[in-house]
Amino acid sequence: MKRATPVYDSASKLSVGLEEVRQVVRYRDLVYQLVRRDILTRYKRSVLGVAWTMLNPLGTMVVLALAFSQLFRGTPGYAAYVLSGLIVWSFFSQTTTAAMYSIIWGSSLIHRIYLPRTVFAISSVTTGMVNLTLSLVPMVIVMLIVRVPLRLTALFLPISMLLLLAFALGVALLLSTLAVYFPDVAEMYQIVLLAWMYLTPIIYPESIVPEAYRWWMFNLNPMYHLIKLFRLPLYDGLVPSPVRLASAAGVALVTLVIGWVVFTRRAHEFAYRV
Amino acid sequence: MSDSNPSAVIRLEAVSVRYRVPLERIGSFKEYLIRRVKGRVNHHEFMALSDVTFAVGKGEVFGVVGRNGAGKSTLLKVVSRVLPPSNGRVVVYGQVAPLLELGAGFHPELTGRENVLLNGALLGHSRREIAARFEEIADFAELGDFIEAPLRTFSTGMVARLGFAVAAAWVPDILILDEVLSVGDEAFQRKCLERMRAFQESGATVLMVSHSASTVERMCARAVWLDHGQVRALGPASEVTGAYHASTAG
Repeated sequence: MKRATPVYDSASKLSVGLEEVRQVVRYRDLVYQLVRRDILTRYKRSVLGVAWTMLNPLGTMVVLALAFSQLFRGTPGYAAYVLSGLIVWSFFSQTTTAAMYSIIWGSSLIHRIYLPRTVFAISSVTTGMVNLTLSLVPMVIVMLIVRVPLRLTALFLPISMLLLLAFALGVALLLSTLAVYFPDVAEMYQIVLLAWMYLTPIIYPESIVPEAYRWWMFNLNPMYHLIKLFRLPLYDGLVPSPVRLASAAGVALVTLVIGWVVFTRRAHEFAYRV
Repeated sequence: MSDSNPSAVIRLEAVSVRYRVPLERIGSFKEYLIRRVKGRVNHHEFMALSDVTFAVGKGEVFGVVGRNGAGKSTLLKVVSRVLPPSNGRVVVYGQVAPLLELGAGFHPELTGRENVLLNGALLGHSRREIAARFEEIADFAELGDFIEAPLRTFSTGMVARLGFAVAAAWVPDILILDEVLSVGDEAFQRKCLERMRAFQESGATVLMVSHSASTVERMCARAVWLDHGQVRALGPASEVTGAYHASTAG
């Protein structure tokens, strides 16, 4: 017994960030159960059920296509263009918001039992990834209808989606840290999201942005890079250039590491917050 | 004292827990920034535990007595890793099973079965471990066909029984009991107590908290008396509870 390693030692030398990774691996089935719960309960009382995951972005796309397709006539297959940006944006906005509410919900548990605190953000982002994957079905159907060819370059999508997941998780962790201390962050963030969405070429083509602003608007906006990385292989049928891939990967991984370190350093104080 | 006890499964070395309670609740950024600019954010510090040292050996039933606010619950939280100590060191050998407030984490729209899977995972069990115990949990909770019905259709008693059945399904290395159960009807309570006794017999270590000295004296071999976060007495349960009793009576 004396020689055995303790299950818990408050004076452990392992850094909190790494210890959290170890614990998340141990609690991976909890992530699975939380994702399952979110997907099962979201539409449990609705008639169409999980089909809403696909119908939701489709509905928004129809509204936007009706409203803007005349205005942006120069964009071939506008419906496919807008939908490809929209599903990525909804993934990002929904998962980061859900992560904040998830840790607020989880605070009653955090006060009573030990569990790795990052599971709330991880499960929110994973749920979003399942939904994003499902919404590729209506995406492909719309592409067929508006005659945007589906090319082999679409095989690049898993890489785009993984980087998107990394970025969203990093942002979700940073926001969750704030949300524990200031509950009104969740409300404030909705306004930020709205502004951010209009600053990102999602409903409008890049070409309408005046030359003078392009560099600033695109290069300083991480979501621009991540949406581009998704749209290029799917909508444009091109393999992203190494520079594009590197900049998207850089911004996503740096955000994830910062989010992880900030969150785990603060997380041990969460149980002190009432 | 048994601080150097080689078979200790829980060891606390000069553990202190300091709460910083903001004097007023600051709920928004704006307020926080204004306070920050104006000067300090006012905090009131208090020690929920100060300099607590003791060890619990393997298989022991160890009691913690003290009045409300003496730091008993904080002590349990420190041992079960919910709160990190502000100072000192906590070392725990073995898995700690807290009795999660029954039904915390349940979702009303999920069925009994789905809630068992979720709750088991919250307690740190893997899918395979939960699947292996599922029948036993369902039987213990006495839910019958309701196990496949949404939780919102359950009575309060059924929810509590299911919560206990999940928590008690595994024999932990260390069991933590906070103010022994007061759920369910008499028959179910008796069933719970039997389960506790089975835990003890199987060699689990039990850390039990109560403000009732007689419960601790009856069930524990050794005990500690906490008062305002400090150890007032440590040793054989009868001596500790005797001293505690004398102080509350006087």
